[in-house]
Amino acid sequence: MSAPTLDRPTDEAALQQQFDATIAADRRIEPRDWMPEGYRKTLVRQIAQHAHSEIIGMQPEGDWLLAAPSLRRKAILLAKVQDEAGHGMYLYSAAETLGADRADLTDKLIESKQKYSSIFNYPTLTYADVGVIGWLVDGAAICNQVPLCRSSYGPYARAMIRICKEESFHQRQGYELLMTMMSGTPAQRAMVQDAVDRWWWPSLMMFGPPDDDSPNSAQSMAWGIKRHSNDELRQRYVDMSVPQAQFLGVTLPDPDLHFDEETGHWRFGAIDWDEFKRVVSGNGPANAERIRRRRAARDDNAWVTEAATAYAAKHAGAAVGSAA
Amino acid sequence: MSTDVTAEGGHGAIPTGPEVPTTTSPSVARRDWPLYEVFVRGKRGLNHVHVGSLHAPDDEMAVHAARDVYTRRNEGVSIWVVRAADITASSPDEKDPMFAPSGDKVYRHPTFYEIPEDVPHM
Amino acid sequence: MPHEETVYDALDHAHGGEGHWAFGTGFDEPLAGVDTTVPDGVDPADLGAYCLMLGDDALVLAQRLTQWITAAPELEEEVAIGNTALDLLGQARLLLARAGSVGVLGRSRERATDSIPDEDALAYFRDADEFCNTGLVEAENGDFGQTVVRLLVASTVRLAVFARLRESRDPVLAAIAAKGVNELAYHRDHAARWVLRLGDGTAESHRRAQDGVDAVWPLLADVLTATDVERRLVAAGVAVDPADVREEVRDVLTTVLERATLRVPGWPADTPPRGRAGKHGPELTALLETLQGLARQHPAATW
Ligand SMILES: [Fe+2]
Ligand SMILES: [Fe+2]
Repeated sequence: MSAPTLDRPTDEAALQQQFDATIAADRRIEPRDWMPEGYRKTLVRQIAQHAHSEIIGMQPEGDWLLAAPSLRRKAILLAKVQDEAGHGMYLYSAAETLGADRADLTDKLIESKQKYSSIFNYPTLTYADVGVIGWLVDGAAICNQVPLCRSSYGPYARAMIRICKEESFHQRQGYELLMTMMSGTPAQRAMVQDAVDRWWWPSLMMFGPPDDDSPNSAQSMAWGIKRHSNDELRQRYVDMSVPQAQFLGVTLPDPDLHFDEETGHWRFGAIDWDEFKRVVSGNGPANAERIRRRRAARDDNAWVTEAATAYAAKHAGAAVGSAA
Repeated sequence: MSTDVTAEGGHGAIPTGPEVPTTTSPSVARRDWPLYEVFVRGKRGLNHVHVGSLHAPDDEMAVHAARDVYTRRNEGVSIWVVRAADITASSPDEKDPMFAPSGDKVYRHPTFYEIPEDVPHM
Repeated sequence: MPHEETVYDALDHAHGGEGHWAFGTGFDEPLAGVDTTVPDGVDPADLGAYCLMLGDDALVLAQRLTQWITAAPELEEEVAIGNTALDLLGQARLLLARAGSVGVLGRSRERATDSIPDEDALAYFRDADEFCNTGLVEAENGDFGQTVVRLLVASTVRLAVFARLRESRDPVLAAIAAKGVNELAYHRDHAARWVLRLGDGTAESHRRAQDGVDAVWPLLADVLTATDVERRLVAAGVAVDPADVREEVRDVLTTVLERATLRVPGWPADTPPRGRAGKHGPELTALLETLQGLARQHPAATW
């Protein structure tokens, strides 16, 4: 029902003006406010893909849940993976305030009509990957997401505040695991270095293409959906991560990495964007498996969802707890 | 490499293109469960506040899912759930022409372009 | 960007305490600071063996439930199953640590490095024949219907036992039970709600739920039969005789199944304890291979 030809009772210019003023004053747009169609569409797409990333992001680490090497690590990882399910739910909720529908968005994910973060198309080869994902991937997510706590769209910003709080635990547990492993056996230390070698560059790609190659970004910045450019955030992430790597005692796999006295920034080498494109467009090592599992969760359990709906219909109107 | 990918939000890079159809389906009966809004009283002496929403087949399952999702770290001492469709909302903005008079029931409206039946001048 | 610095600050302050982590994920040893003295007249070997029985049940069922993560129906259920598995994992950690604290470590200590805590030595370095979980929890999940039926049965039995165990003369067991009762009551309710909905949902869900019931019921055969260890500890006021909970379990399960329009199968004839005596099917061996593989590859490592 996208009938944009519907008669609008008042002039759109006035509404647009009001919307622009709200954005300019750094106030929040709320669900029932008038908003330009492009703003709504951009938000739905962004929030949905963010939600998909949380849900798909459960899988790489989830693959280690059954094999976690201590009960404490198992509990921490289970709590973390469960958090990501919660994040997905908060975000789908935010998208639903814009008229989207979670089942419909899930279908789009499964049919590969909407994307998710390319980082989750890499496999987790050792338990050190769990630590490195927490440290680098959740760390990069925090860099990306903390500014979104001020997103111009109220429900999205509120979801992000809650998510960011939990993400900081994720990063801490990952780093703590790596510290433990680095003070462990030589094999454990080698695992950590190997995982850092594999995840460092993909984590830099999490911030998206360079600014001069990211034309959509300008509109998103103007709308207050996005607060900083890709390159700005990427630089901030590198500046944060390098000292953490040094403290940990791992080498970041970039021969060009050096400190620039003049600017006070860590300068890094060129990113292989061709690989990024390959992985984003669905040719990552684990893409098919990630989608297959979501499809199975939907299809194999459809009978459960239907059963609960049928039960609710049968028992509708039966004694329900009185409101209080 | 062009509009192909951007890094908006995300548990990571969120590719947001090429343009995919994001038109949302109308609110016809779907296979999924209805949407519930969740309100939690964080501690005694405070009001219940809206914390988010979830899908559940019925009220009982909704209140339990709310406990699992929104208070799994013991943040809440009391939970309310209500079907989103049962919430009557006023428009936050008097000048909002799409939802003009009071009485529409679309706190989370399923589509942006469906006009509630009881808007008189439509 | 002053505003964002504030956001970062807020995150920092949110770090205080472990309160945001679910129970069982704490960074401390599970029994840190608890008086673990064995009560008078109680054989520590018996007490430890009993803790292993209850702990292994929780560990194995937690592992089974965890298999649903990323595969559950609806995200809400994903989270609910995660909570249940976390609760059980927390119970397992406490019980295995209690077994370790009274010196019951079996062959695990010969295999595990000293720096590995008791709970992990026991979880990761015992073979299947040293595990004393019942066959009820080690069976494969089956579909979602069978999974919730098994959870209903297992949590009904465990809740009935734990409710009585709150009076145990061992203060550690009593405390573990007191904490566990609330968790188990929730697990049982959750499972019961699902059994109702599946049994009385669609024709397909009814059929699947009934199949689940029929698959799970025979597993009750050795669950409510006491071992010699349990008998001695019952006499010492420490343990609960599983036979004592039989009526309660039967009543609860019958009520739920009848309300769910499901047929209640005949109660299986009592058999001598199998799982409690270390006799297990190939399902447990496979489960343990996954659980223990990595830890055993690096026997000298701590994590
Ligand atoms: Fe997340
Ligand atoms: Fe995370």
